[in-house]
This record gives sequence, C-alpha cells and structure tokens, in this order.
Amino acid sequence: MTHNQETDTAAMNMSTSQFIEDQVTGSSRQLNEMKTRVTARDVNVFYGAKQALFDVSVNVPDKSVIAFIGPSGCGKSTFLRCLNRMNDTIEGCRVEGEIRLDGQDVYDPKIDVVELRARVGMVFQKPNPFPKSIFENVAYGPKIHGLASNKTDLEEIVVTSLKKASLFEEVKDRLHEPGTGLSGGQQQRLCIARAIAVSPEVILMDEPCSALDPIATAKIEELIDELRANFTIAIVTHSMQQAARVSQRTAFFHLGVLVEEGPTEQIFTAPSDKRTQDYVTGRFG
Amino acid sequence: MTDTFSKTTDVPQETEARLERIRTGLAKRHAREKRFRLYGVLAIAAALAFVAILFAMILSKGLPAFQQASLSLPVTFSEELIEVDPKPVREAGQSAADFQAASLRWQRDVTLINWNRVLENAVRTIAPDVEIETRDLQSIIDNGERFKLRDAFVADPSILGRAIQMDVLASADVDNWLKGNINRDLPDAQQQLSADARALADRLYEEGHIRMAFAWHIFTNTDSRSAPASAGLAGAFMGSLYMMLVVIVLAVPIGVASAIYLEEFAPKNRLTDLIEVNINNLAAVPSIVFGLLGAAVFINYFRLPLSAPIVGGLVLTLMTLPTIIIATRSALRAVPPSLRQAALGLGASKTQTVFHHVLPVTYPGILTATIIGVAQALGETAPLLLIGMNAFVAAVPGSPFEQSTALPVQIFLWQGNENRNFFEARTSAAIIVLLALMISLNAIAIFLRSRLERRR
Repeated sequence: MTHNQETDTAAMNMSTSQFIEDQVTGSSRQLNEMKTRVTARDVNVFYGAKQALFDVSVNVPDKSVIAFIGPSGCGKSTFLRCLNRMNDTIEGCRVEGEIRLDGQDVYDPKIDVVELRARVGMVFQKPNPFPKSIFENVAYGPKIHGLASNKTDLEEIVVTSLKKASLFEEVKDRLHEPGTGLSGGQQQRLCIARAIAVSPEVILMDEPCSALDPIATAKIEELIDELRANFTIAIVTHSMQQAARVSQRTAFFHLGVLVEEGPTEQIFTAPSDKRTQDYVTGRFG
Repeated sequence: MTDTFSKTTDVPQETEARLERIRTGLAKRHAREKRFRLYGVLAIAAALAFVAILFAMILSKGLPAFQQASLSLPVTFSEELIEVDPKPVREAGQSAADFQAASLRWQRDVTLINWNRVLENAVRTIAPDVEIETRDLQSIIDNGERFKLRDAFVADPSILGRAIQMDVLASADVDNWLKGNINRDLPDAQQQLSADARALADRLYEEGHIRMAFAWHIFTNTDSRSAPASAGLAGAFMGSLYMMLVVIVLAVPIGVASAIYLEEFAPKNRLTDLIEVNINNLAAVPSIVFGLLGAAVFINYFRLPLSAPIVGGLVLTLMTLPTIIIATRSALRAVPPSLRQAALGLGASKTQTVFHHVLPVTYPGILTATIIGVAQALGETAPLLLIGMNAFVAAVPGSPFEQSTALPVQIFLWQGNENRNFFEARTSAAIIVLLALMISLNAIAIFLRSRLERRR
C-alpha cells in the first residue's frame, strides 16, 4: 500500500492534470464538464502471493454510472471492493497504488474506514437485508452514523430512502415486518434504500441483479438510472446488455488488467482493443 | 416389473444391454441402501432400549423412596416429663442481651428434656397391650424426630399438658421392613430390627397408625447420618444451585467474550492457532484433572474455603469454558458472511457489526451451548471430590462460601452409605431429582431457543 501524504489540493491538481492528459492522449472521452469523483492510479491487488489486479487506472466521473465488465475472475469485483476498502476484510489481501475519493487517498492510514464507507456505499450480489424489520434495515445506517437528530427525522430519512429506491409504495403498510420476508427484487431494492439512507456520494454495486428475475432486474435498472441524478454509481455486471442500458462509461477488465475504458457507446460499437471487441461481440467470456 | 417394461416397449438392442447392466448394479445399490437404513434403525432402537431400561430401573427403584413410612401419634406433652420453667418473656427494664441469654438457657433446657420418652409414651398409648423394651420401641421411630416435638413445644409452650396428633417418620429400618426391602425370613441375628420391634411395626401398619406418606423431607431436609430416614437433598440442591450460579456468572460471559474475540477480532497467526489448539485440548482434559487444579490453585494458593460451592463453581467454570467457547465459535462461524458485509458496507464498525448483527442471530446457538455446558457442569462429580465437596454437610449453605455438597456428589455418597437397603432407593430418588433438574433446564433452553428463533 502506498501512503500518499500529499495535501488534498495537490491531489486535486494531480487528478485534474490526469484529465487533461487523458484528453490529450486522444481517447474520445467527453469528460470536459464532468467532475471526477474517484480516481484510481496503478492499482495492484494481491491475494497472498497471487496478483489479482495489474496497474489499473480509472476515473469515475461524478453523477453518472460506470460499468465494470469482463469475464469471471477478471478482477472487476476486486477493483470495486477496493473503492470502499471492503477488501480489508479479506485475509491476506494487499492493495498497492492509489485510490482517491475527491482527492483524498482512501488507503491513507489516517482515513477512518467507517467514514469512508459512509461516503461510499455498497450493494451486494445477493440481497442481504438484516434479519430485522424493513424500517430498521433502512434506519440502521443513519442511526450508527448519528445522521438523524430525532425520531421524526429518522422516519423521514427512512421514507425518503424507500421512495428513492421506489420501494415505498410496496412496503408502506408493513414497515415493521422483517425485511427478509420480501421478494428477491424487493430485498435488493431494500438494500439500495439502506445504502442511500446514509446519503453516500458513491454507490458501488456488485452484480446487483445476478440473483434476480428479468422483471426485478428491469426495476433495479430503472432505479439505477434515476439514482444517477444524485449519486455516482459504479456497477459490476456480467450482462453486457445491462452495462449498455444503465451506464454512461464502461470499463472492460480481462485477466486482472483494465483493457479499455471509455464511453459505453464507444466500447460497444467501436472498441479500440481486439479483446474488448471479442468480448462484447460474445466471442469469449 | 423390469420384465414387463422391456417386453412392452420397443427398446433397441444395445440400449437393452446397457439397461441390463445398470439394473444388476441397481439391485446391489438398493440392497446396500436398505442395509444401511436397517443398521440405522437398529442403532436407534438399541439406544432407545437402553434409555428405556435406564429410566425404568431408576424410576422403579427411586419412586418408592418418595413414599415413606410415617407414624401418626397422639403425643401428650405431659407435665411430668416436661419440667421446664415457663418460656421467658421480656420484662420491663430487662436488657436485650439478658433476655436473649434467658431465652437460650430456656431452649437448652427444653432440648435436654427426654423427648424420646414422650414419643415412647405416645406409642404405648396406641399399642397399650404390647410388651416391648424401650430400646426396641425407640428403634421404630427415626432418630431425629424427637426434635420435631421440641420445636413444636418451643414454638408454642401452651401445648404443655395437652395431647396433639403428630406425624413422625418411622425409622429407616421400619421402612425397609414394611416395604419388603429386607428378607422377612432371615434369622433374628441378621435382621435390622428386633423381633418385638418388627411385630410392633407390623401391628401399627395394620392398624393404620403407620402409613406411607409422601416424603416431602427429601426436598426440605439436609443429609443425615444419625437419622437416615429424614435425610434429604436440600443442602446438596442449594450447593448445586450456587455452583450453577457461579458457572453461569463466570463461564458464560468469559466464554462468549473469548469466542467473539477469537472468531471476529483476533488476528490469525501462530499465537491464536496455538490458543485454539489448546482450547480444543482443554475440552478433552479429564474432569478430575480440573479438580486437582482447583485444589492446588483455588484452595492451596488462593486459600478459598474447602468444600465450598465457590471453589466447585470455579473448577466447573474452567471445565465448561472450552465447551462454551467451541460451541459459540461454531455458531459465529455459521453466520453467513453476507450479513457481516452488509453491516461493514454501511460503515458499521467491527464492534457494531458483531454486536448489532452477528451476535443476535447466534443467540440460539450460544444459549444451547450455555445450557449444554451448565448441564454438563451440573452432573460433574469427579472434580468436586478433590476439592472436598464429598464432605458430610448437615446444613443448607447460606452462601457460596459455606461448606456444602452437590447433587451428583450426594448421589455418590448415598450410593456408598452402609444402610444399603434403605439408601439404594434414596440414591435412585436423588438421581430422579437430578434428572428432573436437567430435563427442566433443557426444556427451558428449548423454549427460549424456539422463542428467539421465532422472533427473527
């Protein structure tokens, strides 16, 4: 892990200069008016002796959706989990390189991982509501972070979050029933509501629809599109159609290497790398 | 069936041959499965049979002990025999100490009254024509029952000169004789009672003066050597209760906390591996070794009192800890990682994740572990023998620091009592009490567990 001791401003300058560099290098990125939220530079991840990611550098633009695609085991989930340091919980996992959230190094030892995760929320592959009531599921985040000053506040946060996750209408009469009693799609939306209840700046989604049926998937995708207005979203998906539908930018990973990153349209219609082309046209993976 | 199948259908030749091979193997596979099922059924049947035999033996031996021969006597508190001053009353100007001294003096005088004589007279009034020596007559009444008369008199001195119908326990020998626990054809020299006493007991039983009554004193009295018929479990029961309290208060928090730390927080390295191996080894250490440790450390070094439930509780805590730690750890390990990730992903700290989410779902598991551990501790005898809890204690302990015995140790002591034909049934009765305690503990555990699981 590199512990960059640069000041925030310096970091900001760096990421801005990286933007310019990106544009100069000629890829048809249209980031001019887009602010970058998360910057990753030369990220290497090791599980014990095995290296899972090789020099990954990517920018996640503000208030948009970036999709990470690639065949199984290519490191896209690993990279996603670096962004809120969920990899910390894995025994023997080591991260090198630099990941900055708003210019702040997230692997800085001075960074409180609790605070980081309050800023970078996460939705997992399998819906994992707490075995508590729907209300408590959503209220838990605001409660532990002390975001609600009183009960009315908390109730408001819960209702707003459920509405934002377009779940409120379905559960408004049974807020105090267990969240585990909902259907799979509803559970996943509950998890999204739970994540947005702490008002994170970035939401990471790790294959959020892989355990859901097409109707529930469509609902989540619709929801992701709506959430884009307020949140920065990074999503890992196995479905290229999904990446094409919900994301503005797409990054293609292969064997731990970030092969290509660019506007979604370009990745799917005119990829510059042969491997990307093979993957998006379904020749492998 | 297979024949009809092959004849009625149009299966090609090679398919038929392949099917034939599968079928020959299939018959073998089915036979193997049937055999395995049979073994299972046999094993369970054997286990159930042994449990049934065990319970049948214990119940058939122990239940009669709950009915005990009891004499109903018209006891006359005659003035000739009871010669004491009137019970002192506190006079005006008398100091509290003086009054207490006077009361104690009076009580001592009352104790010195020949209450056996009073009892003897009572028996002679219901069997006036019997010629029997005093010694033989007194042998039919339990040795401790004279104090019942004394206590009645101390409680109410106004009964002096009156006759009161009282129930007193017959002696253990009479109980044996009437229940047929001793061969009636044995010669006098081998009988526990003299011929006269046996005849008197039979007569009183026939006339209804002696009847079999429920032996409440098993639950209210302490152990007794001089008056075996009135020996009870109260002291051992309280001793066991205190030990269980010590175990619950110490082993559960320490065990659960260590399990949580080891499973959730501790780094995985050589040291924690070593600790884990040692905990597993401790669970396999024979319990008597813990007794030695308790004697050496708690009694010799820390100078804790001998035979006290506190020491027993500490020893049993050491013995129970590995059980609780191992079971709690496996309960924690069974919690799906997705739950931890959900909480961590929301920004919950490690401690919040464990205490808000992981621990609540493991409550049923931890509870079961605790009950198993406590039940195991409750039934443990060997380590208690080494810290002096097999001492004869004829008092109910008032605190965990007072000398006491424990239920399983009491069973052990009664099992070795020289009055075999009386205490054989008593031993089984004590086993019934211990088993009832265990079963109710388990019932509570199952009840709490199902309630906790329903709440989820």
